[in-house]
Amino acid sequence: MEYMRLNKKNLAAFIEELKQKCEVWGPVKEGDQVKFAPVSNVSDVDLEQFKNTTMSPKEIFFPQSEIMLSFKREGEGANIYRDEQSVPSKKAIFGIRPCDARAFRILDMIFKNDQFADNYWLTKRDAVTLVGLGCKEPCSTCFCTSVNSHPFDETGLDVMVTDLGEHYLLRVLTKKGRELLAGSHVLREPSEANIEAYKTVRKNAEDAMTVQFGTDKVNGKTVLELFNEDYWQRISEPCLNCSTCSYVCPTCHCFDIQDEVFREGGQRIRNWESCMSWIFTVHATGHNPRPGKKERVRQRFMHKFKYIPMKRDGEIGCVGCGRCVTMCPVNIDVREVVKQMNS
Amino acid sequence: MNARTTKLREIAKKLLDKQKVDVVIGFKKGTIPLKNTPFFATNSEEADLLLWDGNCIGNLAAYLPKMAGKRAAIVAQGCVSRNVVGLIQEKQVDSNNIYIIGMPCTGMLDPRKIIAAVPGEITEAVEDQLYVTARGKGFEITLNRSDVLNRNCDRCTVRNPVLFDEIASEPKPELKDPVRYEKIRAIEALPPEGRAESIDELLSPCIRCYACRDACPLCYCPECFVDKSSPQWCGKSQDDRDVLSYHLIRAFHTAGRCTECGACEEVCPMGIKIRLISGKVEKDIREIFDGYEAWKDLKTPPPLTVFQRDDPQPFVKE
Repeated sequence: MEYMRLNKKNLAAFIEELKQKCEVWGPVKEGDQVKFAPVSNVSDVDLEQFKNTTMSPKEIFFPQSEIMLSFKREGEGANIYRDEQSVPSKKAIFGIRPCDARAFRILDMIFKNDQFADNYWLTKRDAVTLVGLGCKEPCSTCFCTSVNSHPFDETGLDVMVTDLGEHYLLRVLTKKGRELLAGSHVLREPSEANIEAYKTVRKNAEDAMTVQFGTDKVNGKTVLELFNEDYWQRISEPCLNCSTCSYVCPTCHCFDIQDEVFREGGQRIRNWESCMSWIFTVHATGHNPRPGKKERVRQRFMHKFKYIPMKRDGEIGCVGCGRCVTMCPVNIDVREVVKQMNS
Repeated sequence: MNARTTKLREIAKKLLDKQKVDVVIGFKKGTIPLKNTPFFATNSEEADLLLWDGNCIGNLAAYLPKMAGKRAAIVAQGCVSRNVVGLIQEKQVDSNNIYIIGMPCTGMLDPRKIIAAVPGEITEAVEDQLYVTARGKGFEITLNRSDVLNRNCDRCTVRNPVLFDEIASEPKPELKDPVRYEKIRAIEALPPEGRAESIDELLSPCIRCYACRDACPLCYCPECFVDKSSPQWCGKSQDDRDVLSYHLIRAFHTAGRCTECGACEEVCPMGIKIRLISGKVEKDIREIFDGYEAWKDLKTPPPLTVFQRDDPQPFVKE
């Protein structure tokens, strides 16, 4: 495994070097929110204070609203145009958290499988090199170690960065990562002590996180056993059926397709959609197979912790980022829900 | 445990034990600091989980129209009790099925203000009548409760329930003539382009999760206009005109009905100060209709639901 070392004093110079090769995105404060955005000035990126972005970074590859094609119905130039999907720029995303990178890997399985490949996702995804930032101090709402991951999970990353105080230690994980770092003038060979320090930081972070729940019994139960449990009623009681959990979630990926027509032309747009909304499942007849919040809340947790693992070789559809825990307006805590599912 | 919680549990247990109600709608402690969760107690054991403190955000009255004939007791501070009055007046609930446990209130805490005032992640927060203490790794900071109240609570003039069957404490003192609408006035004073810009900027973080609508006890329509699909009334994308349409139309639907409970802002995951819009409508109603405040008693109907020949109409321009 290749390691490199970056003195924090050289972070700005390093980012400038990367900018010669591609766009560089980092966590930037925008009002009350933190989001990934092009880094124009390196002082806008405060990695010392950075916990995670407010919204999940899935929006980089899967924007909340995305034009799929445009059309003109009649007259000159009447046609369907697919060129809205312009060639995405090459980007390096610096500072992505391991949970979110793991979520990309889960979405890769969904957006590219043996039946179809979603080019809207794939073209943007392929153009990106992910430089992750290991979680030295996970938050109390994080639970990655309960969902088959950990604060230094390298799944989906091209480079992993670890904060060693004075330095960053960079671990090169893929060819893409190697190409990104090649030719840098500010990266140095790390010492043995640096690598030892990295291992200690990593171990301390992992030790600091207790496994909060298991999923073994969920795996052992049939879909119908879980589906018919009484607890869904109680779990769903406080739910407002808003879409906050779905929209902040790094693995939620459902969308709705709309044609927006104005005069002779229009656009086909796909928008995020949420299974918390009644309209998500209502049929043209008016019948709704998920008529109430019990059915809708159950769907969200069954999807993540039963259906995805069944279809994707045990991969859990949750990465433990904790965004829904902190942002659910009524404090429906996924950790408590899975504890009940696994009881 | 505070005195109001003790009394609340006592009342809830009595109601459930004597089968006066099927459920008591209140709050229980949440899983993270500064957040409680709405809770539906159905027996006296569960009643022991009910509590009242500064983290009871949202508006419990929003659950009432969906109680499907159950006899429900609801914990109601000033704003929530006004919304219960509203739901009774608008015939969304049967008053015979509702038992109001009045809860004199001293305002809810704004977690964003507390988080902004401390240097790290809060792992524990405790409050008393005057102070809130937030603790985390390497810090313990005590803040004045009055400095970290929600923006609606810090100027609330109806802390005590306007209607109740039983009350959990002595009334709390009410504020007299607090400063209101200062930000709304500042926007009003701008030229039209400036006002448009302020609103666009305000709404730019909106992710259309509709938590504001779903938490609002006024928003009980079986099918909201933004969900109408045949025909479709409002675009679904993040187009800023559609986002604006949603918020403006919803605000107009609250005219003369909004109790300024602030649930819409409290639940917004993006921290949008939505009440700068609905508050403008509320302010206009107050100014045009003789200081009217929504639903402070069962008899007075909201001004926009009745016609009088001498209705003020300053908005009609020559």
